[in-house]
Amino acid sequence: MPQQEIEVILARHLSEYLLMPIFIVNTAGDLVFYNEPAEAILGLSYSETGMMPASEWSTVFQPVDAEGRTIPPDELPLVIALKERHPAHKVIWIKGLDGISREIEVTAFPLVGQADRFLGGIAIFWEKTTK
Amino acid sequence: MKVSFWGTRGSLAAPSPETVRYGGNTSCVLVEGSEETRLVLDAGTGIQSLGLSLPPDLDRIDILLTHLHMDHIQGLPFFAPLRRRGIEVHIWGPASTTRSLNARLQKYLSPPLFPVSVRELAANLHFHELPGPLIKIGEFSIQAQLIIHPNPTIGYRIQCGKAVLAYMSDHEPALGALTFPRERAWTSGYALAERADLLIHDAQYTEAEYQTRMGFGHSSVRQAFLFARLAQVKHLVPFHYDPTHSDDELDKMFAAVKAEIRPSYEVTPSREGLSLEIAC
Repeated sequence: MPQQEIEVILARHLSEYLLMPIFIVNTAGDLVFYNEPAEAILGLSYSETGMMPASEWSTVFQPVDAEGRTIPPDELPLVIALKERHPAHKVIWIKGLDGISREIEVTAFPLVGQADRFLGGIAIFWEKTTK
Repeated sequence: MKVSFWGTRGSLAAPSPETVRYGGNTSCVLVEGSEETRLVLDAGTGIQSLGLSLPPDLDRIDILLTHLHMDHIQGLPFFAPLRRRGIEVHIWGPASTTRSLNARLQKYLSPPLFPVSVRELAANLHFHELPGPLIKIGEFSIQAQLIIHPNPTIGYRIQCGKAVLAYMSDHEPALGALTFPRERAWTSGYALAERADLLIHDAQYTEAEYQTRMGFGHSSVRQAFLFARLAQVKHLVPFHYDPTHSDDELDKMFAAVKAEIRPSYEVTPSREGLSLEIAC
């Protein structure tokens, strides 16, 4: 794997110290890192999954809205942040790899580095309820 | 490729009888290619003597700044070629998110910090902002990437033929990492240093000092050795010494880390006046 950009390395380092679950994706939308609090949502650790393609993580959690309707990938905050390069926020329900449904708030934003380099995106999750 | 050291100290010039062997001038390194292209890495106080040693009929020189902290630019207005008409001086370095490289340098090269402004210099100046795509200067190909240090800071990978020099004067790859060294893909500076023939790297602190100065943007000698091992370099040149470290203290620091790490690569601590050759 090639070396990550410096801003992405620093984002990972920061996320490893924070209690909020954090996902970091590259410009292609592939999940390049998630921290330990995010492991509780995924049900698997980063060391177990490694990188995860966008096509996999955007569907693996079976995201639905409050009425149970499937949320298409293009309407997920992290996908919006990547494609439209502006922040996005949404309340969604997801089912983790451990089979538990959780209501979470997601805030996502694009990561733009020095010299206007687009580097990917970051999503922060706040768990509201668990079923 | 010939690499000569004109300033090896970090943070503050430290001229003293106790720093005579390793030197008291701040960061400045001259890199000369097989076709006589010259690159100056950083413009610390060592650049003054370097400028006086250059041929007077030089028509171009390139100065590659890692960042704009004072110990890397303080010598710039004392660089003799800047006062000559007809010479092209190309200054490469990082802009900030809001200010150009030229504007950032003018903060120092203007009153009250300095009496002469950039536009009063006689040389034909060209500013180039980094990071960016691969740079070609004469026989050199140069990669410039951001590395971990407070304020935008560039590390360089300079190639001439097959010879590769990596220069990271101020670098804290261990910052925030829960373990160090960690995976290569998640280590600042790795891509620049990978399998380099010569790595010039920050070696500012002892381990004990690093514990109280974490986040200042520098490495311990031990971290420099571990980084060199991770990057599989052939030759490590510790650099950017703390101004409080005497020659004797530096000798002890290098000996202790060498005994512990037992590096499989060559190690030559930088000192003013040292020249190293890498076959192109």
